[in-house]
Amino acid sequence: MFSASWADIRKSCETSPSIAATIDGEIVVHIEGVSFAYPGQGGGISTTEWILEDVSLDVYRDDFLGIIGPNGGGKTTLLKIILGLLEPEKGCVTVFGRPPREVRHQIGYVPQHARIDASVAATVLDIVLAGRIAHARWGFRYRRKDREVAREALRMTGMIQMADRRIGTLSGGQRQRVLIARALASEPKLLLLDEPTAGIDPYVEQNLTDLLHQLNETLPIVVVSHDIGFVSTHLKRVACLNRRLTVHRVSEITQATMTNFYREQVQMVRHLACCPLGDPGCQHGCQSSTEVTSREGVGD
Amino acid sequence: MIDFFRDWSENPFLWNGLWAGLLAGLACGITGPYVITKRIVFLAGAIAHIAVGGIGGALWLAHAFPQYFGSVHPIHGATIVAVISAIVIGLVNEHWAERSDTIIGALWAIGMAVGVLLIKFTPGYQGELMSYLFGNLAFVSQRQLQWIAFLDAVIILVTLLFHKQFLAVCLDQEQARLQGIPVTMINLLLLTVVALTVICLTSVVGLILVIALLSLPAATVARFVSSMLAMLIGSTILSCLLTTVPRIAVYGTPVNPESAIVITAATLYLASLFLRRRAL
Repeated sequence: MFSASWADIRKSCETSPSIAATIDGEIVVHIEGVSFAYPGQGGGISTTEWILEDVSLDVYRDDFLGIIGPNGGGKTTLLKIILGLLEPEKGCVTVFGRPPREVRHQIGYVPQHARIDASVAATVLDIVLAGRIAHARWGFRYRRKDREVAREALRMTGMIQMADRRIGTLSGGQRQRVLIARALASEPKLLLLDEPTAGIDPYVEQNLTDLLHQLNETLPIVVVSHDIGFVSTHLKRVACLNRRLTVHRVSEITQATMTNFYREQVQMVRHLACCPLGDPGCQHGCQSSTEVTSREGVGD
Repeated sequence: MIDFFRDWSENPFLWNGLWAGLLAGLACGITGPYVITKRIVFLAGAIAHIAVGGIGGALWLAHAFPQYFGSVHPIHGATIVAVISAIVIGLVNEHWAERSDTIIGALWAIGMAVGVLLIKFTPGYQGELMSYLFGNLAFVSQRQLQWIAFLDAVIILVTLLFHKQFLAVCLDQEQARLQGIPVTMINLLLLTVVALTVICLTSVVGLILVIALLSLPAATVARFVSSMLAMLIGSTILSCLLTTVPRIAVYGTPVNPESAIVITAATLYLASLFLRRRAL
């Protein structure tokens, strides 16, 4: 079913003119003409089942990109393709100029739901050290260098004083930071975050944003979120994904949005022309027209 | 209890039983933390029951083909079948995750049924099944003891080498996979270690009580410690105490030592629930 091998995909990428930039390192993620469909129950794939259709996206070295879109719009699927967990049916994907599978240990991935059981007898440091596993040899203990990197990651995320705390005793926002620290401990060249603001209050969200901005000075960051306000107020570029994908410069909407952000605590930017799921008549995905609306009295 | 110390210089079986208990405690103390962190107690139970097939197989082969298999001890058959079943169960869990409980449940029953059938066809060995089901600390043979010591050495060696990888797949398997760890291989290796532990334990408390000793000491310790290392050390100490002290305490009384061990373990765990309020 997924007949295209990585060799084929790489071959198709080599014909693309932007591959040169990929090799230069300016482009860290190169996605070109990617279509993806989950295998149907009957085994066949019809055109109406596409989760992603002809998606093209480049992530640059200094990027701070948000990917927004409705549930079922393909956000998580696109993330999994970048991580090499899924292989696209059509099109090509390279990360650092290589097939994702080969380089995914260089991607720091912060999942939406920590699959870490709260009842587990593991300290914050235990969790963050697990992020070093790709660098670890066999043996009982992590080496001194691994411990130092893990501690440094905790320092960067402001969680160093929690290093010996049991993971289950932390709050949601603190746990989010631990997961970011775990991702940083792997010394990634790209940071992917899946819904980092889910279930986090505005104050913690602001801290998180500051942290991400700080990290963005050295790392390209991609944030997947359905929190449109978060994405459009803090990030450099926004990609609207609903089966098809369109990228907006945030500068197009920044002025109005920022003003609204400081006046009220919550606001939403609605992309009017987002294609409804499965709309066969729509050819152009999301258009760039935006409308800024605000909701009052949601904060606190 | 005093009887135990009076008798043990004369009775080598008491020595063997004590050593077997200590070695089994060591094995489950080390493996238990991974088992409860990864929540695979059910898989350990399946391995223990499927291994009955190995007991039956070894007994029957030794009876039917004494020239080839005359020297095979049931514990060897159980070990081989337990390791094979660990690998099969690991692969089923990986590739047919949505059907895994059905398939593993079926294997559980089949292994047990085949074992019981084969023992039935082997005259004079009905007692062997009972000692495997309920343990037999009073008659641990020298050969059995050597085998348990060998399994312990393997368990300790593998754990020392792969502790970090085991921990990574126990804490967050997906993250470990993204980091490029061969998660399937590590899972199979961990299940193999669990299978060896199960064999160590069955000779002490019997397979029916294996699950209790694999989970209760580690779960008890987990309520009082924060780190994985502390849990490993604590559960090893507690398990070694549990597999020896109650056995000595009830010596000379009609209470059978296997039950005493498990009831003590369960009591300690229940007490820990009241002593310290922590989510588990």
